Amino acid sequence: MGLLSDPNRRRALINLLTRLNAPICGMPVDWLVKTMQAQGLEVFTQSFSRTLPFPDENKERYIVKGTNVYGILRAPRAPRTEALVLSAPCSPGDNNNQAVGLLLGLAHYFRSQVFWAKDIIFLVNEHDLIGMQAWLESYHHTNTTGMDWSPLQGRGGSIQAALSLELSSDVITSLDIILEGLNGQLPNLDLANLFYAFCQKIGVLCTIQGRLQRNDWDSVSGYSHAVQTMMLMVMKQASGRPWGDHGLFLRYHIEAATIKGINSFRQYKTDITTVGRLLEGMFRKLNNLLERLHQSYFFYLMPSLSHFVSIGYYMPAFGLLAVILLLRALDLWVQLVSPPAVAQSSPGVLSVLTPLVISHLTGAALYILPTRFQEIAVEHFPVSETEAVVLTAIAVYTAGLALPHNTHRLLSGEGTEQGWRVLKLVAVLYLAVLLGCTALINFSLGFILALTLVPVAAFVTPHVPKTLSAVVLVILSPAFTLLFSVFFFQELEEMPVSFQDGWLLYLSVISQGILDHYLYGSLVYPLIALMVYPCWLLFWNILFWK
Amino acid sequence: MAAPLSLLLVVAVTIRAALNRSSLAELIAERVEVVSPITAWKRVIEGLALLDLGVSPYSGDVFHETPLIIYLFHFLVDYAEITFMLADVITAVALYVAMKDFNKQVFRKQKFSLEAERYPADCLELIRSPTEMFYIPLKVAMFYLLNPFTILSCVAKSTCGLNNAVLSLFVLTTIKGNVLLSAIFLCLATYQSIYPLTLCAPAMLYLMQHQYVPVNPRRAAFWWFVVQYLFMYLGSLFVIVCLSFFLLGSWDFLPSVYGFILSVPDLTPNIGLFWYFFAEMFEHFRLFFLCVFQINVFFYTVPLCIKLKDQPVFLMFMQLAVISIFKSYPTVGDTALYLAFLPVWSHLHRFLRNIFLVSCVLLACSALFPVLWHLWIYAGSANSNFYYAITLLFNVAQILLVSDYFYAFLRREHHLTAGLYLKKKDGSEATLVLK
Repeated sequence: MGLLSDPNRRRALINLLTRLNAPICGMPVDWLVKTMQAQGLEVFTQSFSRTLPFPDENKERYIVKGTNVYGILRAPRAPRTEALVLSAPCSPGDNNNQAVGLLLGLAHYFRSQVFWAKDIIFLVNEHDLIGMQAWLESYHHTNTTGMDWSPLQGRGGSIQAALSLELSSDVITSLDIILEGLNGQLPNLDLANLFYAFCQKIGVLCTIQGRLQRNDWDSVSGYSHAVQTMMLMVMKQASGRPWGDHGLFLRYHIEAATIKGINSFRQYKTDITTVGRLLEGMFRKLNNLLERLHQSYFFYLMPSLSHFVSIGYYMPAFGLLAVILLLRALDLWVQLVSPPAVAQSSPGVLSVLTPLVISHLTGAALYILPTRFQEIAVEHFPVSETEAVVLTAIAVYTAGLALPHNTHRLLSGEGTEQGWRVLKLVAVLYLAVLLGCTALINFSLGFILALTLVPVAAFVTPHVPKTLSAVVLVILSPAFTLLFSVFFFQELEEMPVSFQDGWLLYLSVISQGILDHYLYGSLVYPLIALMVYPCWLLFWNILFWK
Repeated sequence: MAAPLSLLLVVAVTIRAALNRSSLAELIAERVEVVSPITAWKRVIEGLALLDLGVSPYSGDVFHETPLIIYLFHFLVDYAEITFMLADVITAVALYVAMKDFNKQVFRKQKFSLEAERYPADCLELIRSPTEMFYIPLKVAMFYLLNPFTILSCVAKSTCGLNNAVLSLFVLTTIKGNVLLSAIFLCLATYQSIYPLTLCAPAMLYLMQHQYVPVNPRRAAFWWFVVQYLFMYLGSLFVIVCLSFFLLGSWDFLPSVYGFILSVPDLTPNIGLFWYFFAEMFEHFRLFFLCVFQINVFFYTVPLCIKLKDQPVFLMFMQLAVISIFKSYPTVGDTALYLAFLPVWSHLHRFLRNIFLVSCVLLACSALFPVLWHLWIYAGSANSNFYYAITLLFNVAQILLVSDYFYAFLRREHHLTAGLYLKKKDGSEATLVLK
């Protein structure tokens, strides 16, 4: 049963795929529209345009104009209330040249089946995530990122699930599933289980994070392999960026995953019809859903495709870190409330307010200045706009380090023993609430920040040795955490980089983070700039309290 | 003291104006913690639109405000932001003047007691001095105006701000001793939401003490005063209700406003305790639990009056807190009103036991409300249990705060009569146990 049961159909599909296997570069809108119409779908196009806040050097684009093409296969005997989406991003070059062919082949095959209960939307989006964002915003009638798009002429019902395809070769050795979405959101674990179950059934090698799972859990090397896979997932989730086109669906409560074909140097190759069979099986399962996937976990970490760590296991680790902060806060409170040995004037609210306001103003500067002043920076320095943005961000960040030395000159009579205790109490509670909220939304980001900031927050006082603590505080600051994470990530991916390349990669990560915020609404950049960095500055202030 | 107050007013108005102009205003106006089905500005606009079309604004179960509000905004809809900022300013100034007067009375009573040597010798450190009491009215105004809850409520244009203004004017006129105005403002507050009815008791107690009428149920003067006050109160209530009838020409504001508040048909999540409970209630138990929850708001009046009959202003604070916590559709604006009174009792800080825990929990809950709402409604990873957990935690923290202040207040009163350092009969230090 299925795609390969009927030899005639099999031959027709192979013919279609061979014809379509010519790589498609650019976006042949008319050809796609004609082909989809020939398959019997209702075809519509959507044009969109966006001027990025500064040029994107990784993908080399600045003013983006494009067209999405999508065809809707209407369910033959069902009301048009629900839909499924199969999408393939179409980018110029060899990047994803086989996926559109497979998509069209599947459209042709699905058209002849009668059991579809949901509409199936075959979407080919241009400029990957930007096009997908335009399509989703238009589909759901929202406009959160200020993009210009034409309204959709045709629509299905509410989307229940979506799959995105990335295939760059006509034979593959394994299929990889990518789960991490925008802001670290993950689809329901049932979707990953569905993929794994079908890979087992059809006999395709499946991987997660590009790594095959091993069976020797007891040995040290097997365990460390699993830990490395999980750390890769943690790093990817913490970055807050969507790692595939599916990442933007999750925000609308649509379970989505990206399936990527990998062609490595194994001997046993799988051809595209098998991938088509797998996708057909997954779609038939999704077709039978009576309600949205919600039965399994939404918060998990996967050391391999057949094992997961649920939130009940990993949240206590974070809870214990947060308890350190609360205990320190309690300790400070007890010290503040018990009557002081020497009668001193109790510090007013203003002494705490000044460092708070100044830290947050610096954070606001870190958020606003890089993109606003890129023209001025380009005029005065021989750098491109992207470099200007990133270097301004780093400059503002470093300038914040000089603050305590200056503010103490401005405001006299601030340094009392009680003063720094009050400030530290406020800072520790602020950090605890901030990390708690972050861990609820994006656990990996919250955990990594907690690991680096909690020890520092707990021990820093004006009385610890200044130079050593200053060095430790700077090394554990968010910017350096990001730098180390970049190197660590490259190590985990088994592509270690030299220091020069790592530094350039770090700069590009910063620029991508800022772009993600403006283009898709990723929260990592505003969180770090407006909340984590001011909080860290408060601790820097306490260290240099006079 | 006028200069710091005016500076404070200017700063407060600037913050509100700046937020109103930014893009956050629409976001805040939709938050369920800040607006409720009774106080939402969107619904006021809807009611005005229906009124303009000639249809009764109460048709369609959207609009639940009183007819006086709809007529007020009929003329002021273009100046809505200024109206709400003005309401906040009125509240702050009224509380400022009221607390100044109250401080004078407290100090005078303390002076008389000191001269009559009613205080034991060792509790002199509990006596309050004019220097510590000097900044209290300014702090009260500051606590109200610069409280993030109030600012959010004002930017969202929630009519809770108007309710707070009327309540603070009631507090002002009661403390000044004006019986008629106190009754009228209380009647206006009750007319808008039923719960300020319980504030009759502290108002009557305070005014009786102000006019040296003995608080003794066996005396005729007591009952004569009660009858007078109730006549003024119920009379004005009757007048306003009839006025509302003549304004709109029908009685359907009664079920829409008061029926809605009492029978809680709308179960939109908010920071109160009703919604989750009634969402999972079986139908034939609904009336029973509705009665239980509503009686809970009014139930604390009599015991608190009996215990606190000599300190009616603290009683007013406790009643306001109980109303804000247990009413059917609370918002953060209601919380902000009773939080503004806290500086008046700042001399109790040495007896407070839970203030650290309470402030941490309130802070954490205020931050977690939007996070868990997002996870429930937008991301779909959480469900209503998570949001209700935070609601419960928030209300438990509020109750703990109120009961902590009650304990500290009673303990100070006890120390003022029985001495600060209590000794058992054999001379060792005694511990105080609250029964």
